[in-house]
Amino acid sequence: MMTPSLEKNRVPKIKSFQRALGDNAHVNETPMATIKMQIKRLNFYYGAHRALEAINLDVYANCITALIGPSGCGKSTLLRALNRMNDLVPQSRAEGEILLDGENTLAPNVDVVEIRRRVGMVFQRPNPFPKSIYDNVAYGPRLLGVNKRSDLDAIVEKSLRASALWDEVKGKLHESGLALSGGQQQRLCIARTIAVEPEVILMDEPASALDPISTYKIEELMQQLREQFTIVIVTHNMQQAARASDYTAFMSWQMSGALLDATRAHAGRIIEFGATKNIFTNPQEKETEDYITGRFG
Amino acid sequence: MKSLTNSRRHFRRRKLTNAVMLVLCALATLAAILPLVWILAYVAQEGGRFLSVEFFTQLPTPVGVPGGGVLNAIVGSAMVVAIAIVIAVPISIVAAIYAAEHPNTPLGIALRFGTDVLSGIPSIVMGIFAYTIIVLPQKHFSALSGGIALAIIMTPIVLRSTEEMLKLVPRSLREGSLALGASEWKTMWQVLLPAALNGIVTGMMLGIARVAGEAAPMIFTAFGNPFLSADLDQPIATLPHTIYVYAISPYKDWHAKAWTTALVLIVLVLGLNIIARAFTAWQLKKMGWR
Ligand SMILES: Nc1ncnc2c1ncn2[C@@H]1O[C@H](COP(=O)(O)OP(=O)(O)O)[C@@H](O)[C@H]1O
Ligand SMILES: [Mg+2]
Repeated sequence: MMTPSLEKNRVPKIKSFQRALGDNAHVNETPMATIKMQIKRLNFYYGAHRALEAINLDVYANCITALIGPSGCGKSTLLRALNRMNDLVPQSRAEGEILLDGENTLAPNVDVVEIRRRVGMVFQRPNPFPKSIYDNVAYGPRLLGVNKRSDLDAIVEKSLRASALWDEVKGKLHESGLALSGGQQQRLCIARTIAVEPEVILMDEPASALDPISTYKIEELMQQLREQFTIVIVTHNMQQAARASDYTAFMSWQMSGALLDATRAHAGRIIEFGATKNIFTNPQEKETEDYITGRFG
Repeated sequence: MKSLTNSRRHFRRRKLTNAVMLVLCALATLAAILPLVWILAYVAQEGGRFLSVEFFTQLPTPVGVPGGGVLNAIVGSAMVVAIAIVIAVPISIVAAIYAAEHPNTPLGIALRFGTDVLSGIPSIVMGIFAYTIIVLPQKHFSALSGGIALAIIMTPIVLRSTEEMLKLVPRSLREGSLALGASEWKTMWQVLLPAALNGIVTGMMLGIARVAGEAAPMIFTAFGNPFLSADLDQPIATLPHTIYVYAISPYKDWHAKAWTTALVLIVLVLGLNIIARAFTAWQLKKMGWR
């Protein structure tokens, strides 16, 4: 039930999203692309606790898919399932399928290392290695057996250019990556990730620890990167999702399950998925609307 | 108004408590460092009298013959400590990696418990142990047996400090490496161990400082040798053992030499420590860690 005051509140909210969408109208008018990753009937458990329930989601190639939803609804869990980063959590367990170009990454005999090379990840807090800028970027290629200096030089320059960091660091490639500012560190982490030429890049709130200008630079960068990569991003910031993404999945807890079964009390589900434009201007579910208009979460 | 005076009285009492605590802390600090300063000053004074270049470059002279040095013991100490490092450091680091990675497995728990017990065993027992398993079967003392005894003493020290340091490396670094498709051991070798380098070197330094000064196990293993030797299979002189021999002798000039030898030992260990610290500081700076 909507009270009149909330109703009033809602209009400028949606207007502001329209403005955000309008700025990047080209972004949100992607024709239906091919499916890069497909999540089918995914359940995820931390021990007995079910963190995700019955997730179905298509991730389109060369598009930016945003995951939004209240804190604790399982956005990070879903993202980290995509490159099997959750394998590091003892007692965690996934059911269902996650297809990468049609191949199930959850199958028992797949090589996790290979998945992580094809599905890269940028973390919430910038985590450069305590090594030089050069060695941070060259780390992944070296793992792949690239050792010739000239080849590495070329990869490092290309990756730093692609992450819009080259001009700021070209004179100090052999200084430590930790000496950079937070925003630069995050772009270094992006450079490090694209240096191994993954197909998909996962970003878990990549700008939440950064100042507005660095945030803007990261968003701008994402628009360039989607030409070459498929991007899935978790964000708390709905303006950011509206501005930067092509598709949006709104996630929330499985509320009604709490009454039936305690282990499902907070299982995250996808409430609504669609083109970002539609989710933000014409949400089909009341819960989505409540969330994006700020009534909840 | 009333509350203001009230708080002012509290304020005065707080300041008084503060002053008393400050004096107590200063006294405790003084009590802690006084013995150190005293010992260093005393050794420097007693040992400094006979300190000369020859003391580092010459072999011992018989009683009553002036001059002479402890070159044999410097070389010998360097050798047994080097043997200990070569044996103890790789074992400790590999075991520390296991203990840090699998703290709650039976082997991990046993490892931690075992090293705690090991570090509590008196060093003379290590000497007797090495004597029984190496010296007795071989029927002669040797540098190698001394190095092995010291390696056993050194292992728990290096192991525990490496383990603690590895545990302090942020988890995000490991995740960052794994997310790039690095294997677990590449991640350990290329990211986690370098990030823990400072602690590992500190542990090694503690271990070296500890074993370089051990006289008791040397009595049963390296034994001592008045001549210059670099033979693993022969008895060898060491600095702490030389101090011991000089100090329990009835001769005045040997007593003086004991002090000078002690000074040499302290200076060498301290020097090694400073070099290692400089090295890690340089490494850390290169990594941007500090
Ligand atoms: N390593 C973990 N072990 C156990 N439970 C976890 C772990 N990580 C997350 N969870 C739980 O899973 C749920 C979803 O968490 P998360 O995916 O981090 O949510 P979000 O990113 O949407 O804030 C939460 O209830 C959280 O407590
Ligand atoms: Mg999260």
